[in-house]
Amino acid sequence: MSDKPWLDKIKAIVGQQYGKVYAWDHVNQPMIRQWCEVMGITNPLYLDEAYAKTTEFGQIVAPPAMLQAWCLEGLHMNNYPPGSTDENPYEVLKRFEAHGFESVVAVNSDLSFARYVHLGEKLYYTTILNDVGDEKVTALGTGYFVTLVMRFYSEQANGADEYVGQLTFRVFKFAPHQKPTPQTDDAAPAVPKILRSKPGISQDNAFFWEGVKARELRIQQCQSCEALQHPPGPVCQHCQSDELSYIVSSGKGSLYSFVVMHYPEVPPFEYPNPIGLVELAEGVRMVTGLEGFAKGELAIGSEVELVFNEFEGELTLPMFRKVGA
Amino acid sequence: MNIAGKTAVVGLGQTEFSKNSGRTELKLALEATLAALRDAGIEPSEVDGFSSYSVDKVPEYEIARLLGCKEVNFFSQVPHGGGAACGPLLHAAMAVATGVAKTVVVYRAMNERSWYRFGTGSYGFSDSPIFQHVNYGWYMPHGFHTPAGWIGMFAQRYMHEYGATTEDFGRISVAARDFAATNPNAFFYEQPITLADHAASKWICEPLRLLDCCQESDGAVAMVITSAERAKDLPNKPVYINGAAQGIAPGQQEMTSFYRPSITGLPEMGIVAKRLYAQSGLTPQEIQTAVLYDHFTPFVMPQLEEFGFCARGEAKEFVRAGHHARGGKLPINTHGGQIGEAYIHGMNGIAEGVRQVRGQSVNQVENVKNVLVTAGTGVPTSALIVSDQEAE
Repeated sequence: MSDKPWLDKIKAIVGQQYGKVYAWDHVNQPMIRQWCEVMGITNPLYLDEAYAKTTEFGQIVAPPAMLQAWCLEGLHMNNYPPGSTDENPYEVLKRFEAHGFESVVAVNSDLSFARYVHLGEKLYYTTILNDVGDEKVTALGTGYFVTLVMRFYSEQANGADEYVGQLTFRVFKFAPHQKPTPQTDDAAPAVPKILRSKPGISQDNAFFWEGVKARELRIQQCQSCEALQHPPGPVCQHCQSDELSYIVSSGKGSLYSFVVMHYPEVPPFEYPNPIGLVELAEGVRMVTGLEGFAKGELAIGSEVELVFNEFEGELTLPMFRKVGA
Repeated sequence: MNIAGKTAVVGLGQTEFSKNSGRTELKLALEATLAALRDAGIEPSEVDGFSSYSVDKVPEYEIARLLGCKEVNFFSQVPHGGGAACGPLLHAAMAVATGVAKTVVVYRAMNERSWYRFGTGSYGFSDSPIFQHVNYGWYMPHGFHTPAGWIGMFAQRYMHEYGATTEDFGRISVAARDFAATNPNAFFYEQPITLADHAASKWICEPLRLLDCCQESDGAVAMVITSAERAKDLPNKPVYINGAAQGIAPGQQEMTSFYRPSITGLPEMGIVAKRLYAQSGLTPQEIQTAVLYDHFTPFVMPQLEEFGFCARGEAKEFVRAGHHARGGKLPINTHGGQIGEAYIHGMNGIAEGVRQVRGQSVNQVENVKNVLVTAGTGVPTSALIVSDQEAE
């Protein structure tokens, strides 16, 4: 018994078994080929039927390390094939969350294999909650190591399903020392997503970014001498008046200059990343990302038009695209 | 009063230049400073002034403490990184010429490559109202976030208006690597390149290729400045500061002066040029060699124009004729530049200017009397002229 009754309750379910989770597809050549391509594996045992027939296996087999891949849910979370269990093997992690251990990091993922699997086999796995450790203090925070074992089987017509291998999956469920690490889902390692940085907003330029939210491209205008200026400031650079307002741009312009960013590749941007110095019809210039230009098509003088693009993290940016693109 | 000819560089010291110094910036600063003081024949405790420039994180008080300085009367740190490079010599010259200080150490010590890396494109800007965040907030959210990118925007327009080509940029890089190849202190010692190598190097940011970009380096350089009068009693041939100036021009920003009527020139460098020639009484024809700041090759071209070595838009002809290269009429960056020797934020270029006047460069130009040295381009900038004779 520990001094934490809630922990004793969690530990009491160690040994619990969870039902079958099926593979969406039988073991098949297209998935093997794609997996090998991505992993850079060229072993003909996995890819060449004629060669595979000359081996002790007599047929194509799947790379053993693909074992877990066959039974993953795919693009949509928790979308398992018909016949799969409704039980949640990760329920133990939810229980820890109720006690403030809201973060998770995967620490071990060990595969072992009983035999090769071959084309046409239908796989499933069952899960056992193998262990819940005692409280540990690590560099990440204070929490508990939780070990799950997934046993993989090949379904057989005669009911004598064959064990083919297993995955021992260990996570650390913890309360961070400082602010919590953003989570993705229960069992995946928590990796913070990198977003575009947000613009600095002050009293001097807030009208511009409020305009962007309202889908207007606003150019600062001096009420005293009527000059336009961008980037905006707290006074007019021509007459130093602080009586400032703005006009709304037509969104028409042309490329005064441009670059194409290639290196270093910094997330979340896509490369090559074209950037334009756009001369607006109103006469001021503005720097933004560009779109709609094919490779080699960028040219000084190209006509461009305004678009507003929304990005993750509540960011909207004015950008310009090639007219007619 | 005119500061020209009133002060001189009397000591020069530097560390090796590397990609990983393996020691602290403070240690580098002290190694370079102590070497400069030994070279000058001046006791460390005599130093009564210091000047450096921004991004250098070594405080002058700590150097003063470790040197055992008795009385320090002058200290400054000039803003804008590489653009400031010649600023500390202006400050030192002003301090000494006006009697504010007698012996000023200027220094630069950075583990830029192993500790920071300016080229990464990640600078931690946020959405706060602090000016820098507002200012760079026009660019960072679009992924327009590297010095190579910002310079590229000017370079593209320069090419468009004047007919310069990326190959012309390559000519500047090839000449720098040629000098570096014969400079044992250069990172690229014995590694010259060809125009074909330049053309084959990868795009960093079109129109800039890898070989248009300077290195990233660790290292330190320091110099000692004192009065021209005292310099005559010291062991080294005095290197007189006959011109030193800083400049900010209309529409100036830091790397992003995209909103000026024209973006093909460097008007801040033009302002500095006018001042230097007025201070020194010299003309472009009286400069035998120059160190033109080469963080990126394209901005070397408008510098040639702003300082009157060729007409506006004609730097391409200048470099096509090889005037900037070994044996040319104005060899530039004879240490190999920041492309070939090391990126010590311009301070290693000032060191080369001093060596050329002393006659101690490994790529010595004949009959050097006056050397122009410039600082970072695209930012508020500075430059100086050092000479073997005091300005009248």
